[in-house]
Amino acid sequence: MIVASLLLHLLGLVLLPFLLPGVINRVKAWWGGRRGAPFLQPFWDTRRLLGKQPVYSDVTTLVFRLAPLVVLATTLVAATLAPMLPGGGLLPFPNDFVAFAYVLGLGRIFLTLAALDTGSPFEGMGAAREATFSVFAEPALFIVLGTLALGSGHSTFAELMRPHGWQAFLVTPLCALALFLLLQIECARLPVDDPTTHLELTMIHEVLILDHSGPDLAMMQYAASLKLTLYAGMLAALLNPIALDQQPLLAALVSFVLMLAIAVVVGLFESLLARFRMRLIPQFAVVIAVIGFAALVLATIQPELG
Amino acid sequence: MTLSPHLLVSAQNVLSHVEFIHDLRERLQDGARPLTYFGEKRADGRVELTALLQDASGLSVLQGQATGDDGLPALTVQFPQLHIFEREIHEQTGLSMPGHPWLKPVRSPVAPMGTYPFFQMEGKEVHEVAVGPIHAGVIEPGHFRFLCLGEQVHHLEIQLGYQHRGIEELLVQRPVAHGAALVETIAGDTSIGHAWAFCRAVEALAGVDVPLEVEIVRGIALELERIAMHLTGLSGIATDIGFLQGGTTWGRLRTTIINLSMQLCGSRFGRGWLRPGGVRFGIDSAQAARIPVILKDFQRDMNTVTELFQTSLSVNGRLHEVGTVTAERAAEIGLVGMAARASGLDLDLRTSLPGAAFTRLPMALSKQVTGDCWARGAIRVDEITRSVAWIAQAVVLPGLDNVRVAPIPALPPNALAIGVCEGWRGEIIHALQTDEAGTLRHFKAQDPSLRNWFGLALSLRGNEISDFPICNKSFDLSYCGNDL
Repeated sequence: MIVASLLLHLLGLVLLPFLLPGVINRVKAWWGGRRGAPFLQPFWDTRRLLGKQPVYSDVTTLVFRLAPLVVLATTLVAATLAPMLPGGGLLPFPNDFVAFAYVLGLGRIFLTLAALDTGSPFEGMGAAREATFSVFAEPALFIVLGTLALGSGHSTFAELMRPHGWQAFLVTPLCALALFLLLQIECARLPVDDPTTHLELTMIHEVLILDHSGPDLAMMQYAASLKLTLYAGMLAALLNPIALDQQPLLAALVSFVLMLAIAVVVGLFESLLARFRMRLIPQFAVVIAVIGFAALVLATIQPELG
Repeated sequence: MTLSPHLLVSAQNVLSHVEFIHDLRERLQDGARPLTYFGEKRADGRVELTALLQDASGLSVLQGQATGDDGLPALTVQFPQLHIFEREIHEQTGLSMPGHPWLKPVRSPVAPMGTYPFFQMEGKEVHEVAVGPIHAGVIEPGHFRFLCLGEQVHHLEIQLGYQHRGIEELLVQRPVAHGAALVETIAGDTSIGHAWAFCRAVEALAGVDVPLEVEIVRGIALELERIAMHLTGLSGIATDIGFLQGGTTWGRLRTTIINLSMQLCGSRFGRGWLRPGGVRFGIDSAQAARIPVILKDFQRDMNTVTELFQTSLSVNGRLHEVGTVTAERAAEIGLVGMAARASGLDLDLRTSLPGAAFTRLPMALSKQVTGDCWARGAIRVDEITRSVAWIAQAVVLPGLDNVRVAPIPALPPNALAIGVCEGWRGEIIHALQTDEAGTLRHFKAQDPSLRNWFGLALSLRGNEISDFPICNKSFDLSYCGNDL
């Protein structure tokens, strides 16, 4: 049973980072009246990039070459902690969600350092934006996860995704909404960032990896897609009504379907909304924190009534 | 003086530079609007100056001469809209311009980037962002230097000239009748606008009267170009803010329009359609019957996507109050065309100097008041709707299939002819000057981009640097049109 769950988790980790961006792009293509690229196009892109030789600028240092490895490694470590399936982190331990957030934070530090290392003003601006917006997004994430921990009475990432009690029917959707909006910030999707833009001056995430090429770029892109998968997985675990320990296959199936559905919703947002202007993004993060805080208030009144 | 969009000056009255500056200052103070102001360096070292002015009675020309020793007192401080003209005169003729506060190169071959006197700002937290001349995407080269405090832009300096091809010199080397093909490449996205301004100048010079039918076909060509390029702009604005439906649908609709141009003249960009003396392709009755049907379908889809765009909260939130140029500022710096109308100025040569086509079927002036990126998008929508309606009326006029290119007779000696045309971006001005033998001596072409680039720089002041791409797209200026 446990082996099956682990295998499913790993399968999801390998496959979904290629599939989810493919689904998002298909949804956008469909709304734009185009046929769109194959669902697994990100896989073929990665394979193509892996066959290329990276190009390094003379002004960059070891940090620049190290960054793709660190970013990929930290995201993979985070993937072992994140609940992709309901109740299923690979290595659960108490308060592991804190480790999750800061392992990803370490990757972010290297991502921005590598950007600064290039000396490009574009990348400097991108690094400043990435750092600024994460300052606002991080408290929002902890409010949401803390609320879930309170609502479920558990402190491992795997178990806190199951809030219970009379107000779970309010706490769960509020936290799900907050997590979805966080996904848009953290994974650089519309309306916060536009992954398809070619305009460096408006970029946040894309500008940070502008100077990476070949396998380095493949690692960066795979890590970004994996992060998207982890956030979608968190949401799926929260929304999945089926317990993994009772019906592992069905639970995993429902979770994967939910993640694909989340990708479709992300695609719909990207098809139907314009981007925010840059100075609205911190306010957007504050709104997420407020939603999380509302859930927190609901979760805290549980003991008094129970 | 005339209300037609062309002008012939055969008996030239060249004033001394003192009288010229005096008269020019007086005319500008009386409210005349400068359309162009240029200098021609003569073999004997004199510089002949020509200012084209417009007031209620139409176009008029003021001519003067100066030598390198005289210098020419700059009027820019008093009339900022002259700044780019005086810079260009200084660059092209070497005439000194005492009193000019911003005497920088207009085109970079004269001053490569290393020596360009960029404006400097000092301060611990001020940083510069240099963009270009090579850009991401398939666009033309140009260098942008942003002086920023954090994300906020305090000043944007635009340095151009990378597309300089020497069009003005090339044109006088060939027979005037063969000039149109070259003129169509001044700005490839305004082939028809430039061709028409050139045709008007040549026809005025040669004394050729073209029939109304030819003018109507030219009007249809011009409005098709306007619709197509406004759609490019709208699609670009939508893409730049990540609004997918606008980006794709407007892009698709543009294909309908340029394919219509293709069917009418064999070129999607209207190349080879207009020639001095006439038009090479008319519109027969079968085409005239089909076009209104195509346009009706087009307008239906256009209305649908426009409504999606203009009612979207996220689009409204993104475009309002971004990149604002007030009417006062627009008039002060001499903004022209669509961008000026978006700022609330009544500037449209199709209404002020209508010519035969727009007298037969008048075109209403489209105007917005806010002068922001939203207004520059909305004015495109208005103008597309008006142009579609105009074409639908124009194609059913009789005789449009019975057109030809009349031969251009020998040109008169010592004459100056001017042709103007309101292209999709704004007013296009072509001036032709002949020598004693009646051959072409000097050619001056002016794309509206020359004057509007500074408007883009101003629109960004106090805005965020991430707003630059939509400001840029909302102006949609031509690099090669500026660089010639």
